[in-house]
Amino acid sequence: MFAIDYHDHGTPAPAAAGAPVTLEIDGQAISVPAGTSLMRAAALAGIAVPKLCATDTLNAFGSCRLCLVEIEGRKGYPASCTTLAEAGMKVHTQSQNLSRLRRGVIELYVSDHPLECATCAADGHCELQSMAAQVGVTESAYAPGAVHRPLEVDRSNPYFQFDPQLCIVCSRCVRACDDIQGTFALTVQGRGFDSKIVASQAQPFLQSECVSCGACVESCPTAALSEKSLTVGRPRTHAVTTTCAYCGVGCSLTAEVGGTSDAPQVVRMVPNRTGHANHGHACVKGRFAYGYAVHPDRQLKPLIRAHITDPWQEVSWEAAIAHAAREIRRIQARYGRDAVGGITSSRCTNEETFLVQKLVRAAFGTNNVDTCARVCHSPTGYGLKSTLGESAGTQAFTSVTEADVILVIGANPTDGHPVFASQMKRRLRQGAKLIVIDPRAIGLVRSPHIEADLHLQLRPGTNVAVLNALAHVIVTEGLTREPYVAERCEQPSYQRWKAFVSEARNAPEALAEVTGVAPELVRRAARLYATGGNGAIYYGLGVTEHSQGSTAVMALANLAMATGNLGREGVGVNPLRGQNNVQGSCDMGSFPHEFSGYRHVSDPQVRGLFEQAWGVSLDPEPGLRIPNMFEAALDGTFRGMYVQGEDFVQSDPDTHHVTSAMAAMECVIVQDLFLNETAKFAHVFLPGSSFLEKDGTFTNAERRISRIRRVMPPRAGYADWEVTMLLARALGYPMDYHHPSEIMDEIARLTPTFTAVSYEKLDRLGSIQWPCNEAAPEGTPTMHVGQFVRGKGRFFTTEYVPTSERVNGRFPLILTTGRILSQYNVGAQTRRTDNVVWHAEDVLEIHPHDAEARGIADGDWVGLTSRTGETVLRAQVSERIAPGVVYTTFHFPQTQANVVTTENSDWATNCPEYKVTAVQVVRITQAEAWRTRAAQERSAARPRDAAHA
Amino acid sequence: MNIELLVKMANEISEFFASESPPARAAEDVAQHLRSFWEPRMRRQIIAHVRATGGAGLSELARHGIESLAAAEPEPV
Repeated sequence: MFAIDYHDHGTPAPAAAGAPVTLEIDGQAISVPAGTSLMRAAALAGIAVPKLCATDTLNAFGSCRLCLVEIEGRKGYPASCTTLAEAGMKVHTQSQNLSRLRRGVIELYVSDHPLECATCAADGHCELQSMAAQVGVTESAYAPGAVHRPLEVDRSNPYFQFDPQLCIVCSRCVRACDDIQGTFALTVQGRGFDSKIVASQAQPFLQSECVSCGACVESCPTAALSEKSLTVGRPRTHAVTTTCAYCGVGCSLTAEVGGTSDAPQVVRMVPNRTGHANHGHACVKGRFAYGYAVHPDRQLKPLIRAHITDPWQEVSWEAAIAHAAREIRRIQARYGRDAVGGITSSRCTNEETFLVQKLVRAAFGTNNVDTCARVCHSPTGYGLKSTLGESAGTQAFTSVTEADVILVIGANPTDGHPVFASQMKRRLRQGAKLIVIDPRAIGLVRSPHIEADLHLQLRPGTNVAVLNALAHVIVTEGLTREPYVAERCEQPSYQRWKAFVSEARNAPEALAEVTGVAPELVRRAARLYATGGNGAIYYGLGVTEHSQGSTAVMALANLAMATGNLGREGVGVNPLRGQNNVQGSCDMGSFPHEFSGYRHVSDPQVRGLFEQAWGVSLDPEPGLRIPNMFEAALDGTFRGMYVQGEDFVQSDPDTHHVTSAMAAMECVIVQDLFLNETAKFAHVFLPGSSFLEKDGTFTNAERRISRIRRVMPPRAGYADWEVTMLLARALGYPMDYHHPSEIMDEIARLTPTFTAVSYEKLDRLGSIQWPCNEAAPEGTPTMHVGQFVRGKGRFFTTEYVPTSERVNGRFPLILTTGRILSQYNVGAQTRRTDNVVWHAEDVLEIHPHDAEARGIADGDWVGLTSRTGETVLRAQVSERIAPGVVYTTFHFPQTQANVVTTENSDWATNCPEYKVTAVQVVRITQAEAWRTRAAQERSAARPRDAAHA
Repeated sequence: MNIELLVKMANEISEFFASESPPARAAEDVAQHLRSFWEPRMRRQIIAHVRATGGAGLSELARHGIESLAAAEPEPV
C-alpha cells in the first residue's frame, strides 16, 4: 500500500504532455494535457474514480473493470484508466448503472477474500476495503464456493510477507517488478481460478530473484504483500518526508511514524512518489534497512579515556566536550597549531559538514580538514573542474531517459545505485544501446531484458589506456564533432589532445596487450558512442580509485567534449557518487585546499569574505589530506583529530599503516553512531545522531539538494551539528545557530552556487539542483548549456602510466574491490539490519581456472595475501571476473579487506588505488589459525611505521 | 613525513605534466600543483630533500618543478 499521506492519481502523467484539452467530468470543467487518462483527469479535479488495478506509478492495465465511466455520445462503459481525455468530452463517473457494475465486480472479489478487516495489517488503508465501502458491499452475495484458502503465508523475506489469501491478482506487483524495478522476478502463474502470483520458479521470495526493493509491496492494494512492521496495533499517526541516508541517488522517502509523541517510532519507510530523484522507487537499503537507528549497539553516552588501551569511562556531555577541547588546545600549545585537524562525513548533512570545516578552519585555526570523499570521488572534483570548470556531474538522473548510447565504466549501478539503475534499465528496454567497460561482468552486462551491446572486460588499472584507445578511434576515423568543439572548446588544448591520441601507440591494437580488450570491441564501442545519438557516460569508483583516477576522469570529459556530448539532456559525464552526501560534503568546503563552492584558500578575495563572516584570520595555505594526516601522525607532527561520521580504520587502504598512525595520536575524537573500528583508537567518543534524528539537507549525485527532516529526537540528546557547536564553544569560538536552516542561510551568503537556496524554497519546490542563484533561481538540472562553466572546455593529454602495483610470481592475481546491493560501505548500518540474510560475510570471487589451479572449490576458505597484509575469507567460484582477477567487498570488519590494499594513490588527489592490488590466493583448512596469525601480524607495525610510532 | 612517499608522489605528478604541459611550462605546472595541494610541511620537506641530495629519486621534471617551487618559497629558518 502506498504512503498514508499520498493521493494516487490512478495513472501516470503522460510522458510527452500535449496541448491542454478541456473536458467536463461530473459537470466540472477541467483542462489537462493531451494524453491524460480520464481517471487521472478526474483525480486532478478531486473526483476519485473507483479502481483496483490502477496506480499512478504504473501504466494503465484495464483489468479490474471498476473504473468504468459513461461518456456522453458514446456507447458502453469504457475504463477510465485506458481512455484518454479529449476536448469537449462529457464524462460521468457516477450513475445507477455504474454502481451496479462496480458492485458486481466487488462482490466477486469479496467472494474470495477474507473479511477479517479489523485484524488485517492494511485495515484502514486497504484499497479493496475502501472500494467495497464506496459501492456499499459488506459481504459476498455469492453462495459459498471454492476459495483460495487456507494457503501458506510466505514469510521468508525478513521485511515483508506474501499472503496469497489476500491477493486479488490485480497484477500490480508483477508490473511494478517489471516496469519500475526491472527485475522481472514475479509473474502470474496459471489461468482463471488457478491464477496466482509467484516469485521466480514458484520459490519463496527469499530464494527467488527478488531484490527486495519493495516496489511490489508499495503497489499492492491489499495486505497480500505487506511489511512485517505493519503488525496490527502499530498505528501510523503521521508521515514525514525525508531523504535516504545510503547511496548517492538520494531517494526521497516517507517515514510513517507511530508510537507516542514522547517516543515516536518509524513503523515503515516508503518511497516518496513525488520524489525528484527516485520518482516513487526505493531499494532494499533505503526502504527497509533503517533499523540500525534503534539498534542496541548505538552508543548513547559520551566516553573518554586517557589511553587507547584504557577502558572507556562514561561521562556527561559537558565533561566530554570540555576534555576534548582541552586536549585540542594542549596539543596545539605543545606541537603547534597545525598538529590537529578534522574529518567531515559524507553521511552527515551539508550543514554539519559545513560546520565541521568551519570549526577546523576558524576555531582550530588550520586548514587540516578533509572528508571521506578523499577516498572515493576526489578525482571527480579535480578532473571535471579542470576540464569543464565545475566539480560535479553534468546532468539530472532523468536525463538518462533521453540517452541513446549509455556508457557505464567502473560502476555497478544495479548494486551500488539501484534506484537509478532501474531508471537506466527502463531506457535500455526502450532500445538505448549499452557499453559496459568493467573488469567484471556486472549485472547490467546481462540480466532480464537487458544485454550490453559491448562489454569491454579490461584488466584492472588500464582505464586510461582503454579511454585513449576509444579517443584514438574517434579522432582517426573522423568521428569528432568539429563545429561543437570549435565553438565551445580551447583549440590549442584540443589540437594537442588530437595529436596525442592519434599516435599509433594509442591505437586499440597497440594497447590490446596492456588492456586485455580485443581491438575490434574498442573500435565498435568508439563508433557507437560517437555516432549513436545522445551519448551519456556514467562512472563510479572503478574510474576514480586508481593511481590515474583524475586522468581517467579527464579522459572521459575529453571524449564527451570531442563528440559534443555535453550541455543538453541525454548526454553528459555523470559520476555515480557512493555515499548519500559525497557531492554535498565536497561542495561545503571539506577539502583542505578550498572553501565551499570549490574556491581555493589562497584566493585573498574569497578568504577575505570568509574572514569577515567568521571574524577570524584564515590560513592561506592548503592543509593536510587524510593520507597526509596519517603520514604526519607517524612523523609526530600531527597529534589530534576530530572525526565526524567516518570509519577510516575499516574503509581506508593499507590498514596496518592507518592503525599505526592512529595509535601514534594523542587525542582522537570520534563522533559516530557506533563504537566503530576507528573508535578503537579514540580517546573521546561523542554519540552521533542518525538521519532520523535531525534536520538538514543532503546533496545527491545530480547536485540535488533535498531536505532530511527530524522524525524523532536525537537519541543521545544532540544532533551532530549541535555537538560541533558545543565543541566550538568550548574552544572559545561560539557558534550560535538555532536550526540548520540558519546554517544553510550562511552557506548561501558565502557560496555563489548556493545564493538562492533556502529551506523555504526547498520546502516549496521539493528539491533544488545547484547552481541555484540569481541566474538560476530554481536550480540547474543540466550544466554547461551553451558554454562550459570555465568558459571554453579544456582538453587534457592523458598519457597512460601503468600503476606501480604489478603482478609477479609471488602475487600473480589482481584484486579489485566493490560493493553489493544489500550492504553499504563499511556495513556499520546495514550489518545491523536484516540485510545480513543476503550477505553475511565478504567473499572472494575467483575465476574457475584460477580456482582449479589452486585446488579451490566454491565455499572453501582461502587466504588472500598482498605485499601489505593478508586476510581470510570464503571463495566464490565465478565467471563474472576474468582469469587473473579476483574480487571482493569490504563490508565486514572480520574480513578487513583493506588489510591487503596498498598505499598507492591517485597522482592528483591521493584518492587510494583500491581497485588494483597484486595478490596471491591459497586454499586453507585452518581458517581461524590464519585469521589469528594475520591479526597478530596486523597489530605488529611494519618497520616504516614502527620507526615513527 | 616519509620522504620516499613524497618523492613517489612528486614523480607521479610530474608524469602527468610531462605529457600534458608544453616543455617550457611543465616544471612550473608541477610547482603550481604542489603549491595548490601540498600542505606547507610537505613542500618544505621535499624542497629540503632536493637541497640536501640534489633530488635523489626524483625524475628530472619533478626536480625542476620543486626547484621552481623552492625559488618562490621562503628559505627555512
